[in-house]
Amino acid sequence: MWYVLIAVGILACAILAISAKRLLISAIWLAITSALVALMLYLLGAPHIAVIELSVGAGLVTVLFVFAINIAGEEVMGLRSALPLPLVWASILLSAGLIIFFIVRSLGFVQFTDETGGFLTSVLWQERYLDFLLQVVLILAGVLGVIGLLSHSKDEHIAEDKA
Amino acid sequence: MNLPIPFIVLLAVLSLAGTGFYCLLFTRNLIKVVVALQLIVKGVVLAFVLAGHLVHNESLAQTMAITVIVADTIVAVIGLALAVQIRLHTGSLDLKELSKLKR
Repeated sequence: MWYVLIAVGILACAILAISAKRLLISAIWLAITSALVALMLYLLGAPHIAVIELSVGAGLVTVLFVFAINIAGEEVMGLRSALPLPLVWASILLSAGLIIFFIVRSLGFVQFTDETGGFLTSVLWQERYLDFLLQVVLILAGVLGVIGLLSHSKDEHIAEDKA
Repeated sequence: MNLPIPFIVLLAVLSLAGTGFYCLLFTRNLIKVVVALQLIVKGVVLAFVLAGHLVHNESLAQTMAITVIVADTIVAVIGLALAVQIRLHTGSLDLKELSKLKR
């Protein structure tokens, strides 16, 4: 019962997030969607992921969105596609058809393996330490990218002020 | 009505991915594009955890989900910073304005 309520809430909040005219409202609906996804992850037995999703998805990303919208300013823009409409509808129908095809094909083929992975922490820190290191590098790359992008604009402003 | 739980979660995954994909194709606002990517990746994380639940290999699926969340956050950070820069340079968040960069 809870799952149905949360799934309906996720769908409603996602639709409100993409249909909101103001960007700030859109970001807030995205945060609520993220919180509902975290609740569903918790109910599915993944509390660690739920906490990360809640703190990163609903917290950090929302702060980033509010920050970016404050700098860039609100710009009301309806849902008008930059692509030709027949192409858009064809790709939507194609992707829906592919998803339905794969779901129908995989029904009854769900394999239950006997091999159970160890605890989350041991898998994370021992078996997958390589790509965990990669994630550290990725975060560093992201931070450096943001510093590069933002400091560039600062220099320009200083140059504009001097001119 | 008594639906099985994996089916309900699968419907949530499909609704997240579907709304995100629809918004990605229809919007021209750069920040809305990042919102759409976030919605799609939330669906992907949910699908990872559901898959781990179904095949009883929760640990691997959950570590994959952590990787996806981290990568997605980096994408959001870079995308928003790019949107801010494009706004400063072109004065608009419209994707069509970007086509002027070619000339």
